[in-house]
Amino acid sequence: MDIAITLVIQGLVFFGVAWLVMVFIWPHIIAAIEARQKTIADGLDAAAKSQKELSEATARSKDILRDARDRAALLIEQANKRSNEIVEEAKGTAANEAQRLVSQAQGEVARETTRAREGLRQEVGKLALQGASRVLGRDIDSNTHADLLDQLAAEVARG
Amino acid sequence: MRFAMRVEETGGGMTGYIKHHLTHLTVNIGHDKLLAVHLDSVIFKAVIALLFVVSFFFIARRATSGVPSKTQAAVELLVGFVDGMVKDTFHGKSDFIAPLALTTFCLVFLENFMDMLPVDFLPESAKIFGVEHLRVVATADINTTVGMALGVFLLLWYVGIKHKGVVSFFKEWFTAPFHAHGLWLILLAPINLLLRLIEELVRPLSLSLRLFGNMYAGELIFLLIACFTLDAALNHVSTYVMGGAQFIAGFIWTAFHILIITLQAFIFMTLTIVYASMAAERH
Repeated sequence: MDIAITLVIQGLVFFGVAWLVMVFIWPHIIAAIEARQKTIADGLDAAAKSQKELSEATARSKDILRDARDRAALLIEQANKRSNEIVEEAKGTAANEAQRLVSQAQGEVARETTRAREGLRQEVGKLALQGASRVLGRDIDSNTHADLLDQLAAEVARG
Repeated sequence: MRFAMRVEETGGGMTGYIKHHLTHLTVNIGHDKLLAVHLDSVIFKAVIALLFVVSFFFIARRATSGVPSKTQAAVELLVGFVDGMVKDTFHGKSDFIAPLALTTFCLVFLENFMDMLPVDFLPESAKIFGVEHLRVVATADINTTVGMALGVFLLLWYVGIKHKGVVSFFKEWFTAPFHAHGLWLILLAPINLLLRLIEELVRPLSLSLRLFGNMYAGELIFLLIACFTLDAALNHVSTYVMGGAQFIAGFIWTAFHILIITLQAFIFMTLTIVYASMAAERH
């Protein structure tokens, strides 16, 4: 029994089938494997990307928050300043008003005093004239003795 | 020729060639015929199992949760496929059904795959080292398949007892498939037991015989194809005709056999899962 040729042909068949597998079966297996690899790689990439986006968004939100807080603080400060200003302003206005009212009253008083003094002087002048005319027994012409009368009145007024 | 002379002892020609190929490398560990061990089946099964375990161990050890290597992706696809099968079929609670299914599939497939190698290569190589008989396809040995089926069935009993408890597991032998009450319960008990015994006997038998039959027949056809140019001489025209015929027949059968070995491994795994789910179910 000689099996040399049988052996050779068996070897050829083996390589033939190996070729068949290589051409028709292997590509499908490899494609499935590579598709799986790609799916996993893509998924991991997407996860990493969204992770990065999340951290970026967090940082941005922090920035915005800090900004808003700063601006709020500034606004509060400005408002405080403004209110102080208003208070100060009101104080100033009130003081001025008071001053004005006081000086007005003082002027009034001065004016009244002057008027009273004036009236008094005239009254005294008249009285002095009447007294003098009675003393002399005759009319004194107020025009001719005006100088004298005025002087008298002024003295009375001073006195 | 030494080889030719040796064949004369067993009968020579095609019959001798096939007989020679169908003889196991046997070691007798006792005087009884039952104590003969098919050393080739044992060694090939052990080596293949070792290869499977070691390669999967290293792939699993190097497994990354990131982008997998091609090997890892292939194993993941396989594991995912088996896991999907188990999830679809087995509804009990058990951690080892999926690994068991994966192991049966891979081992049966790899052992079947030895059939793809040219039928004379390994036996002829072994002959150089003085090993007279060698059968490389462990699943074409009925001892291997029956052994696997029995191993699976011990595990399935374990699954059944674990899911139902010892009492109801054995009570079921007498109360299913025919449920009854009172007197009928007692009358139907032997029938139920008989049916159950047949069932328990038939399942491992069908599991092992199906695999063995397919692989044995496949191997036999490879041997018959090899016979096309047995004892052929290069100076004869018929050698070339028969050689071409052998190549074509061998090519077709080998290509077709790819399907058979995968299918048989798949069937073995699927039936294991199905039987496991039946063992876990309450009646």
